[in-house]
Order: sequence, then structure tokens, then C-alpha cells
Amino acid sequence: MSSEWPLWEIFIRGQHGLNHRHVGSLHAPDAEMAIKHARDVYTRRNEGVSIWVVPSATITASSPSDKGPLFEPANAKVYRHPTFFDIPDEVGKM
Amino acid sequence: MYAQMVTSEATNDDPAKLVAFQARIDAGEKIEPKDWMPEGYRKTLIRQIGQHAHSEIVGQLPEGNWITRAPTLERKAILLAKVQDEAGHGLYLYCAAETLGVSRDELTEALLSGKMKYSSIFNYPTLTWADMGAVGWLVDGAAIMNQVPLQRTSFGPYARAMVRICKEESFHQRQGYDIMMKMAFGTPAQKAMAQDALNRFWYPSLMMFGPSDKDSVHSAQSMAWKIKMNTNDELRQKFVDQTVPQAEYLGLTIPDPAVKWNEDKGGYDFSEPDWSEFFEVIKGNGPCNAERLEARQKAWDDGAWFRDGLMAHASKRATAKVAAE
Amino acid sequence: MTTKADLDKALFEGLCRLGDSTLVLGHRVSEWCGLAPVLEEDIALANVALDLIGQTQLWLGLAAEVEGKGRDADELAFRRDVWEFRNLLLVERPNGDFGHTLMRQFLFDAWHQPMLKALEGSGDSRIAGIAAKAGREVAYHLERSADLVIRLGDGTEESHARMQAALDRLWPYTGEMMAGDSTDAALAEAGIMAAPDSIRPVWDALVAEVLGEATLKAPESTFMHKGGKQGQHSEHLGHMLATMQWLQRAYPDATW
Repeated sequence: MSSEWPLWEIFIRGQHGLNHRHVGSLHAPDAEMAIKHARDVYTRRNEGVSIWVVPSATITASSPSDKGPLFEPANAKVYRHPTFFDIPDEVGKM
Repeated sequence: MYAQMVTSEATNDDPAKLVAFQARIDAGEKIEPKDWMPEGYRKTLIRQIGQHAHSEIVGQLPEGNWITRAPTLERKAILLAKVQDEAGHGLYLYCAAETLGVSRDELTEALLSGKMKYSSIFNYPTLTWADMGAVGWLVDGAAIMNQVPLQRTSFGPYARAMVRICKEESFHQRQGYDIMMKMAFGTPAQKAMAQDALNRFWYPSLMMFGPSDKDSVHSAQSMAWKIKMNTNDELRQKFVDQTVPQAEYLGLTIPDPAVKWNEDKGGYDFSEPDWSEFFEVIKGNGPCNAERLEARQKAWDDGAWFRDGLMAHASKRATAKVAAE
Repeated sequence: MTTKADLDKALFEGLCRLGDSTLVLGHRVSEWCGLAPVLEEDIALANVALDLIGQTQLWLGLAAEVEGKGRDADELAFRRDVWEFRNLLLVERPNGDFGHTLMRQFLFDAWHQPMLKALEGSGDSRIAGIAAKAGREVAYHLERSADLVIRLGDGTEESHARMQAALDRLWPYTGEMMAGDSTDAALAEAGIMAAPDSIRPVWDALVAEVLGEATLKAPESTFMHKGGKQGQHSEHLGHMLATMQWLQRAYPDATW
């Protein structure tokens, strides 16, 4: 049995200048072909203008048990969110 | 639906962990690949997502059967785009299954060896152009019944794949109904083909939901885990309620004299399909089981040199790159 | 002196040559749907077929308009017989193995892309417009097919042998793309379409480069089949049309 094409994670930046977003994965023999496949598989409906491909095996993920320490501090920093600040109506839309 | 009679796996995990896991699901949290999960949850999901993926891939064949005979350039393009979407859906689902620690090649081998199943519906032949309408209208219609709630399933990668699939699926059922309208309102021959297609696909479509599972322990476990969102009977009833008026609009007759509105239950009464036929099809005795698997086996075998050739070239390139650095 | 009627007749021919070639190749490629060696390829190939079908609608739609007999693209595609088809012989070749399909695609794309580029400069703005739209699609077809030919030519022993066999078998059908006749000459003279032989230098260079990288060898023989553009086809086309046109022929009064 021959070796399977490696798995790639695909990130696409859409028309509107937002960050690259993870859209899914696919198999390809190398990075160049992963880009071509990503174009054919994940931009069939005109979804993107820029593609990143990353070998799935090289992604380091936070481990679920870290969930508390990693994310809870950010939860406490409510001042990062715009709704934290009361702006007087007279100032207008901000 | 595309995953039928998925039996849940018994689980021998630490009871305290199981309780905590269930609490997460009950709280509406998503389970992600690296999270702890019961072995039974993992195995049941692999089986269910795998079967779902296989159904998309085998499901390309009955419609692919008509791409070369589509009657206009536009119909050809629409059908090809639809069958291409099915390949895409299979791909998304295989990727979701792969996050559980099984490879796509392993899943493919399991399909080809008969160890894993695909939906019974794709073992029925597509005989006329009206069947392209019936498949889109009825088969995709039945599939959507199941796929829409699965967008809320507890396993993150599966839920995300379903979101993408549902977004793309919306055009499939419409294109099928559009073909049915052309046929049902066309020449007498076209109308006859439309009725014939409905006659042949009605009961197999009802079978897609699987036999009643209201007393099944497997279904109860899967529903507790939120990898199955409704009972088979609920979905089947919903499908019939949606479909009967659509058939009436087309001027076609559902091939079941028992179909009648039931005011008390607020839904249609209808006859059960012949479940012995269903079990034969699942066992491999449907009209097209052998052809479907042969076609997949041939594509897999004939493609081996291509997959290997590209892999070989990629490693040559990688070696050359390292040497150059 | 060419009259307007003569020129329109030549233009109808020229447009059918383009539209029939994309129609027939799109059909051949679509035969792979659901059967490709790997899912990613299945999806990519369907994109190519979809592009070609779309281009067919444009070319044959314009052909019908130029003809002015009330026909449309579908009628041209589904109601003409073999002898009325004007596609290149290369594109009606059966699919063979996947390598054969890709080699056929590359040899065609290497002509198609520069031809469309030349047509963007057509004195007929309708042609220039279609060529510009199709050209964007075909540039990607060529990038893909050239890349795959290189990778498979320089892959395993088996993939190399298969690609070389495909090249040997298809090579005699390539000459027709660059061989002009009186129709081509009239259109070129009127500044409407590029002369086929003007594509030759680009095609030669591109094919030599890709085959070189792929470690494949073009056959030495200079013999070339011809006739497709004039309606003289291989036996394969009739079978394809029998499949493709069956519904329209069997139920001529139906709409779909």
C-alpha cells in the first residue's frame, strides 16, 4: 500500500480584506499542489482572493486542559470590548 | 439520510469523566478533536461521518450517469456543478473524520471492502432524465431534513462541515424540483417520465431515514451525545409533510393510496416502505450495489499510479530543494 | 474581394471550430466526473469542464447569431450531425487513462491559451470579449495541465511510461491546431481571427519547455492527421454525439 498524500490546512482571505480564515483541509502531494487544490475545492463560489496552505502535521495546538489558563484571563479584560464604554448619546455614533 | 442504522459503540470509560463529558454536551459546548471524549463517541462518530462521506462519493454515480446525456448545455453545467459539490461534501466530511484519528485512505479501504456502508438510496438506478429531477427533489430533500439539524451536532469539525454543506446544498433540491416542473408541465411523454420517476423513488426515499428507531438504544445514546438530532420517524414524517403538497403542485400522484391528511396529528398518514427490501439493499442485494462498488474500486485502482507518481515527484522536489540550500 | 456574406459564412465556420472544440473537450472531461483518481482531482477536473461548457455557450451562441437562421447554441450543439461538427480531432480522442486525459488537455491548452490571447485583439469586439473572459479561465487550465504533465513525466517509472505513451499516441493530432485553410485565411485577412500558424512558435516553445522538464520526448515523426476542422472526424465523435444528443433527438418537441 502506497503512502497517502499529506493533509493540509487551508486558510483563505475573502474579498473584503479580512484576515485569512481557516476554511477546511485537503490532501495534496506538496504545497504548490495544495494551493491549486484549495483554489479548486474552496473557492468554487468565488470565496477568496488569497490562499495560505499549512501542513496539518506542523500545526501546534493548545491542549484542551490549558483552556482555563489560556483563555480565561482574556475573558476578564472586558475593557477590550467596545460595549464596555458608555458613550453619551450627544457624541453621536462611534 | 446519508448515515443509516449507525450503531453506537459501548463505552468503558471512567464514569466520572463520562458524567463531565455529558455535562459539556448538555451545556451546548462543542467537542473538539483534542478534547477528551469517550471511546464510544469517537468510534460512533467515525462510523457515522465516514458513512455520510461515502454516501456523498457513491452518490456521485447515479447522477454522474446522466451528465453526458444532459439535454441542454445549461442542464449539463448545472448537473456537473451539483455532482462536483457532492465530491466536495465528501471531501469535507472525510476531513472531519480524519480529525478523529482515521485516514481517508483507511476509510476508502473500508468502503471498498464492504466493511463500511453508504446510503441505501444510491443503489437504485437512474433510468430517465426525470430521475435527475426526482433525485434532487426527493433524495436531496430527504438528506437536507437530516443535515440542517446536524449543523448543531456536538462534534465541532462535523458541525462546521455541515454548515458549509448546507450552504451549498440549498441549490441542489431546487434544481431537482426545477427539472420536475419542466417534466411535469412538459409533453405527455415528459409527464409520464416524471410520474414514473416519482413511483420508483418514493419508497426508497422514505427508506433513507432508516427503520423506526424510537426503541433503539443506539439511537438514544447518539441523541444524548447530540450526534443524532431527531428520530428517524420524526424526520420521515417531516419529509412526507413537506413533499406531498409539492407533488400535488406538479400534478403527480404519490404512489401510496394511504397518503391522506390527518387533522389530529397535523400531518399526513402514509404507508411504511417494504423494510425487507431495505435490508436486502443494505446487505448488498440492491439493483446497483455491485456496479456502484465496482465503479469506486476501479477509480481507486486505476488512480494508484497517478497518486504515487505525484507523491514521487513531490519528494524529488523536496530533496532537490534541501540539496540546493 | 470577399463579400459580407462570404465573410459571415467563414466567421460561422470559425466560431463553430472554437465552440465545437470546447464542447467536445468539455464533454470528454465531464466523463471523468465521479471517477477520478482522487477527490481533489475530481473537483478540479469538473471546474475545467464547467469552464469549457460555459465557453461553448458563448462561442456557439455567437455562431448562431452570425448565422442568423434563428438557431441557438443548444440547437447547434444537440441537433447537428458528425459531418457538421468542426472540432479538432485531438479533443474527440477518447479519455484513455488519466495520464492520457491530462496530456490531451495540456497539448490543447498550450494552443488554446495563446490562441485566445491573439483573439483578444480581434477586430470583432464580440470575439475579443469572449476571448478575454475565456482567456482568464484557460490560463489556469494551462498552468494546471502543464504542472501535472511535468510531475507525472518526472514521477515514478510507471507514471513516466504512461505519460510518454500518451504523448506518442496524441502527437499526430496536434498539427491540425496550427494548420490553416482558406476559411482561416479569410478570417485572418479580415482581422477577425488569428491565423492558426501564427500560434506555432509559442506552442512549440511552450511544449518543448514542459516536455523537457517532464523528461518526455516528442516523437520524431512529422506525420499529422487532419480533417476535424472541415468536418471529417474519427469514428469516436459519432458515439459521443449519440450519447450527448440522445434526449434532444428522441424527444424533439420537448423543452428541458
